[in-house]
Amino acid sequence: MKDKQMTKTIKGIAAPLPLANVDTDVIMPKRFLITITREGLGNGTFADLRFDSAGEQRPEFILNKSPWTRASILVVGDNFGCGSSREHAVWGMRQLGINACIGTGFAGIFYDNARKNGLALPVVSPSTRDLLLQFASDASGNEVSIDLERRTITAADISAPFEMDDATQTALIRGRDDTLDSLEHAAAIRDYEAGLKSKMRVSVIK
Amino acid sequence: MSRTLYDKLVDAHKVCDLPDGDTLIYVDFHIMNEYTSPQAFSGLDTKGLEVWRPEAHLAVIDHVNATRSSEPHDTASKLLIDNLQANCTKHGIAFYGLGDPRQGIEHVVVPEQGLVSPGMLIACGDSHTTTYGAYGALGFGIGTSEVEHVLATQTLRYKRMKTMRVTVDGETAPGVTAKDIIMKIVQVVGAGGANGFAVEFAGSAIRSLDMAGRMTVCNMAVELGARAALIAADQLTEAAMEGHPHSGQFAFNGESWSSDPEAVFDEVFIILGADIEPLITWGTSPDQSVPITANVPSATDYISPEAKAALARSLHYMGLSEGQSAQSIKIDTAFIGSCTNSRIEDLREAAKILEGRKVAKGVEAIVVPGSAMTRIKAEAEGLRAVFEAAGFEWRPEAGCSMCLAMNDDIAMDGERVASSTNRNFEGRQGRGARTHLMSPAMVAAAAIAGHLADVRDFK
Ligand code: SF4
Repeated sequence: MKDKQMTKTIKGIAAPLPLANVDTDVIMPKRFLITITREGLGNGTFADLRFDSAGEQRPEFILNKSPWTRASILVVGDNFGCGSSREHAVWGMRQLGINACIGTGFAGIFYDNARKNGLALPVVSPSTRDLLLQFASDASGNEVSIDLERRTITAADISAPFEMDDATQTALIRGRDDTLDSLEHAAAIRDYEAGLKSKMRVSVIK
Repeated sequence: MSRTLYDKLVDAHKVCDLPDGDTLIYVDFHIMNEYTSPQAFSGLDTKGLEVWRPEAHLAVIDHVNATRSSEPHDTASKLLIDNLQANCTKHGIAFYGLGDPRQGIEHVVVPEQGLVSPGMLIACGDSHTTTYGAYGALGFGIGTSEVEHVLATQTLRYKRMKTMRVTVDGETAPGVTAKDIIMKIVQVVGAGGANGFAVEFAGSAIRSLDMAGRMTVCNMAVELGARAALIAADQLTEAAMEGHPHSGQFAFNGESWSSDPEAVFDEVFIILGADIEPLITWGTSPDQSVPITANVPSATDYISPEAKAALARSLHYMGLSEGQSAQSIKIDTAFIGSCTNSRIEDLREAAKILEGRKVAKGVEAIVVPGSAMTRIKAEAEGLRAVFEAAGFEWRPEAGCSMCLAMNDDIAMDGERVASSTNRNFEGRQGRGARTHLMSPAMVAAAAIAGHLADVRDFK
């Protein structure tokens, strides 16, 4: 298939979100999940952190404060994205304008969902994360730059490597469609199926 | 070369290696629910793709349905339910919807239907798909884009995990259940402690669990970040395969579905069964638990300022004070249900505690059986009568209900729930709701006492 436009670098203002174990219920509360489309989830993202129960903005929440209202990168606490498999969390973050989260480790399903939707999740050491948290907490609005090809993050005088597996790196840079790509291996899938014994194929009773 | 059970399962399902480092793996069976699948079907439509093998999929309604009646409680949930049914009809996929005698929570329905057996690879758009590891099958949760991928190709792009073995050895004390074992494991390994790992549970305390207990353990393994959880298949597994509607369909012969004795794991934990007590969570992450005989932590228990701040935040949300005794925590609601603990075995354990006792005044107690079949069985055994005599509300329809409150069973702001579920996240059971996780027997004990209580005091 034809590649979409390549994304080699992600650049933007970063917001600090140092809480550990931010789960997908917090990223996308369940009341926004009653939908059959991927659209309209930007408002739901971090809804209970961004808004109070009357729907008013919480002025103390980082993404409601200048310059972080323009943030497109988050520097996050350990184990970000744990919990439910809901891809709505990632769709919503993208719709809110978040292009990357930098952290020390992410929950597995969230990581895979992110890759499918062009949300980069560079994994850095705890000390780099802490430096970046400090950098992001400064209200001067200085930008962080994530070089996907070279797997490095730069921010003013900070320059640090990050971890990302090859397949995720390729997927993010090329922005490809996994389903269509995999169908190019249809012959291999048929071969595998041909090798299955009759007792190895489930047929669900309707 | 010696291999772990996990390696055997991945090897057996490898279709081909992909140039970018991923492996294409074959999915034997895939389950869908109504809230993580709609966008997968619309993805197929947009791309003009067909379902590769419709008979390898099952769709159930469980997350949004009401449990008081088999009618949807509002138009939004009706939309999700009708949408899934229409997608299944269009693509020729089996659909167990409301009113179907086979309906229920996906992870309760699958074993009940005999749709899991050792050696299988099972995917589902739900993180608790780790449950099937109890059968020596590789089950894991996927996102909606991956649901689309499985529908279109019957495969997934996969990256092999590292392996971890958690051994729980020796006998556990009376009153300690499978739920306490996994809550202890989550406490020791930590939420996220197994990110990037496939975890195998081993040891005599695991082997001596029945299948329901093994499912409870593997179910909650995702709370430590494990993408897959496994328990070696044995004679108990073989016996559990018999007598279900799909029994005998799948027999992945030629392998022993256990790790080779010499197999090497990347990380190993050992826990002594004797060190496990009935546990309750006090915080907003599943690893924040203490024995029911202990106290909620104090700031002095932590060293780093971040940990002290995290404690303060959790306690503030939970409305608790530092050092407060676990048993002094009064509850508003008791909930027994969810894919972790709503099987017939769980209901029996809770009923034992409730027999001849009454729910405390002011406590609202609800039980939602995991499936229609579980409910019918429980009613035939007289369990419903026990629950109702004690003052529990017995819900006639199965579903996730208050586990994530996507239907109309929602806890209010500040409402405190003793819950047999798996996640105590902020807002999980309702905005501002306060969840304490524990075993179903402990929920029953709390319902009677009106506060968190030690099940061992209820002889
Ligand atoms: S019972 Fe809870 S954890 Fe299980 S599938 Fe339903 S919502 Fe998810």
